[in-house]
Amino acid sequence: MIIEALIAVTFLAALVTFVVPNRYAGKAAFALSLAPVVGSLYMWQQYDASGNALLGGNIAFETDVAWLQLGQYDIHWMVGVDGISMPLVVLTTILTTLAIVSAWTPISERQSQFFGLMLLMEANLLGVFTALDFFVWFIFWEAVLLPMYFLIGVWGGPRRKYAAIKFFVYTNIASLVMFIGFISLVFGLGDSISSFRLPEIAQALQAGQLGSFAGLSAGALASVAFIAMFFGFAVKVPVAPLHTWLPDAHVEAPTPVSVMLAGVLLKMGTYALLRFNFTMLPETARAFALPIALLAVASVIYGALLALAQQDLKRIVAYSSVSSMGYVILGLIAYTTYGVGGATFQMVAHGLISGLMFMAVGVIYNTTHTRMVSDMSGIADRMPVTAGIFVAGAFGYMGLPLMAGFAAEFFIFKGAFESTVMEAMPLFTGAAMFGIVIVAGYLLFAMQRTLFGPFRFDGDYDITEAPFHDVAPLAVLLLLTIVLGVSPDIFFTMIQDAVNPILELGGAF
Amino acid sequence: MTPLQTLPEWAATAPAIVLALTGLALLLIDTIDPDSTNNGLLAGTATLGALAAGGIAGWFLIGGTGMESTGGAISLYGDALVVDGMSLFFTLIFTSVAAMVTVASYDYLADEPHQGEFYSLVIFATTGMTLMGMSNSLATVFISLELASLPSYALVAFLKKDRGSIEAGLKYFLIGALSSAVFAFGISLVFAVTGSLVLPEVAASLAEGTELVGVLGLGVLMIAGGFAFKTASVPFHFWAPEAYEGAPAPVSAFLSSASKAAGFAVAFRVFTVAFPLETVTAVGGGSVDWSLLFAVLAVVTMTLGNFAAATQNNVKRMLAYSSIGHAGYALIGLAAITTDGGAANGDVLGASMAHLFVYGFMNTGAFLFIAMVEKWGLGRTFEDYNGIASKAPIAASAMTVFMFSLAGLPPFGGFFSKYALFESAIGSGFWWLAAVGAVNSALSLFYYSRVVKAMWIEEPSKPLEIGSQPVGLYVAIIFAAVGTVLLLPGFQPVIETAQTVAAALF
Repeated sequence: MIIEALIAVTFLAALVTFVVPNRYAGKAAFALSLAPVVGSLYMWQQYDASGNALLGGNIAFETDVAWLQLGQYDIHWMVGVDGISMPLVVLTTILTTLAIVSAWTPISERQSQFFGLMLLMEANLLGVFTALDFFVWFIFWEAVLLPMYFLIGVWGGPRRKYAAIKFFVYTNIASLVMFIGFISLVFGLGDSISSFRLPEIAQALQAGQLGSFAGLSAGALASVAFIAMFFGFAVKVPVAPLHTWLPDAHVEAPTPVSVMLAGVLLKMGTYALLRFNFTMLPETARAFALPIALLAVASVIYGALLALAQQDLKRIVAYSSVSSMGYVILGLIAYTTYGVGGATFQMVAHGLISGLMFMAVGVIYNTTHTRMVSDMSGIADRMPVTAGIFVAGAFGYMGLPLMAGFAAEFFIFKGAFESTVMEAMPLFTGAAMFGIVIVAGYLLFAMQRTLFGPFRFDGDYDITEAPFHDVAPLAVLLLLTIVLGVSPDIFFTMIQDAVNPILELGGAF
Repeated sequence: MTPLQTLPEWAATAPAIVLALTGLALLLIDTIDPDSTNNGLLAGTATLGALAAGGIAGWFLIGGTGMESTGGAISLYGDALVVDGMSLFFTLIFTSVAAMVTVASYDYLADEPHQGEFYSLVIFATTGMTLMGMSNSLATVFISLELASLPSYALVAFLKKDRGSIEAGLKYFLIGALSSAVFAFGISLVFAVTGSLVLPEVAASLAEGTELVGVLGLGVLMIAGGFAFKTASVPFHFWAPEAYEGAPAPVSAFLSSASKAAGFAVAFRVFTVAFPLETVTAVGGGSVDWSLLFAVLAVVTMTLGNFAAATQNNVKRMLAYSSIGHAGYALIGLAAITTDGGAANGDVLGASMAHLFVYGFMNTGAFLFIAMVEKWGLGRTFEDYNGIASKAPIAASAMTVFMFSLAGLPPFGGFFSKYALFESAIGSGFWWLAAVGAVNSALSLFYYSRVVKAMWIEEPSKPLEIGSQPVGLYVAIIFAAVGTVLLLPGFQPVIETAQTVAAALF
């Protein structure tokens, strides 16, 4: 029941925030958002799952109640967590609270609606990461889009309308394709399943129950469904060349929304890829290893090169997210314990570090009202604390040892080198590792030009250190990044425990 | 609990009787006080009557009146009327829509003359629709159809000083008269072939075979045309955008939700009871296959409605075309019936009914929001809707719910009703029909989200002035929005009832 309570409390917090007067909405939302943080930490402390939730593992905090009988298959209210979803639940609650605090300064109108939508989005995100029935999952998955659409569209920058519509159209089309792909897979299973519960579907697929549907043989159906689902999730991740909505959305979104978008929403895509494509159809995934690895490396390199070409600090961080998500895909397709486990770990690590980077850019923007690299220089003189954290975060991004990014990328590369899915995997890994060099290049370049050197600022604003409540979330994120980097086992043990059953299916243990 | 254990059989028509008495009571009130300053009394009476009729229908549905658990359908007056689960289910749709419309009209009509007539026309039309749901003979079908249609013509033209309203009423009436003639001619052809007007007897006569296959085919085609008019489906759809746009918005809500559902109620019964697919295909050697006819109509209707809606600049007209698109979805209920379908036939027909039920809430709510905007005097184009959310966030939130639900987006009722419809179509082997529906549904998000974008994201082009906060409209809209949201977790009883009562037809 604790998962239901967690989601319900967050929903209630959203509703309360909607009616709180604008002046107090930010503070109220912060106070209310502490409840889910405490709840998720309590869940983590009580966590007792083992194995993978979809593959017969022992699920923590499981609820399974029949909800709807629609035709052939029942829909159940089924929620629970395992080692893959538990870290993401903790990440979601903590990052939302920090994003809410970071929104106190930049959000100056319609605050109660803004903070209400943030909490509404958090509730749905928690649903996405805990749902174990396809329909429950899909409803939450889609429901995340609506608050995001408004958050970008109402509080965004000058081109917010375009960005919001683009985000909405891209992700909805992707959802539809994915939905059709998955449903045809379910129909292909015929009578071997009785409901949309993901564990039941995954286990029926492992047992080879897939039949033909709509004129497609079982093998062709698996391929078509895999491609449809991969497309749907790849838009969300995003994987190049489906990434073009991301920079627009990030640049136009207000900083706290960017934090949520990069920190948690992108992880929905990689989480779903792991849960659906790579857990349910491992043979098909291995058959498609070459194109997937190509896409992964293309995302890493192309995203990094695009970041190198940007003048806008936020665009730099946005494109570097594309690059980082490429590593996740590479780790997933490796089908080794360090590859898939590292990819899952990277979801959390990147959530913290990209959140940190976006927030740092936001804090600088709050003061300077510009994000253009060419407009400023030597900001570190006037904002030493912010600049210091920015530099630390950037090094985390580059993969400085003892920070979370290093552990994640190290796991992924180790896993990818060991991979047996195809002969050329080390080649792809080597190519992807080159991305790190470019990351270091553009981050160092951007920092050198904006933060250091003689102070220069082409604007009329007084540049002084940011207020405490702007810097505090940055410090918390930095601390968490270091903690996770020093002892990755906090999460990595449970992740590996949940990931290993998948590898046995992939045959590449 | 079995209602009517001790009551006579005609008591099963209680919802229709209550509605008719309410209509008469409204006329009486208006006669006693013809100055009609007592808008609240009139609206209250009409709403209470609709709610009472709906409550009785719901009670009967739960109690199992006319269903298998209490001895099957109740036939009345020489099989002219029949009360079964399906008629009660549709009565629930009509009365809930009528109740929302009458509550909302309290504000909309505040400054208009002839209020008594308005409410009584709405209630009499609802009575006609309830009778349409119960009709078991082609004669009662025709009469009840006219009883529902004639008040509707007057309602569309209700704003006597508004040229648009008059024009809409005239167009609606002319096309309605034409389609009635076609429909009556179709009935006469079917009578010529079978020698009966009672639906089960028509089927029995057809089962014995006939040589007049061509006449029968023409008759079935013409009857289908009559239904196409009432449900605003292709090829008799072109009155709908004109009528819905010109009519007072509450009347548009009433017509596009309740009147459309009534057309489907009677079409479902006539085609499944009088012309069972296995019988007519056997008689005609496959040439009288109405399932194929409806499949073509469904595809054309949903596609045409969607594409036309996408090109509109006027929100009310956009919703009118979207209403045509939804008629296309509901037609899947007839299109996906197969000769050897068995339980799948009941499932797909029931899913169609459940969709009409959910549609009753979301579409009525959407048109009532337009009524509210008209009341505020803001205009009808997308630009006129810019920035409404900053002035009226609650109403705009409700409209957002309606738009996303109409598009079939989770987490709203329209998601499950569309999913159930497409899923059952796949279950009947019509996966291509489901695919066309799903693609159309995805495209529809484009124009529905334009309304949302205008309300929340765009800046108002001119200073927005929202004078009044109409209580009745707010109550109706919030009721519809809450219904639309609650129909997601609470979809189980709706789909279960719909599919059970639909299965009884086969």
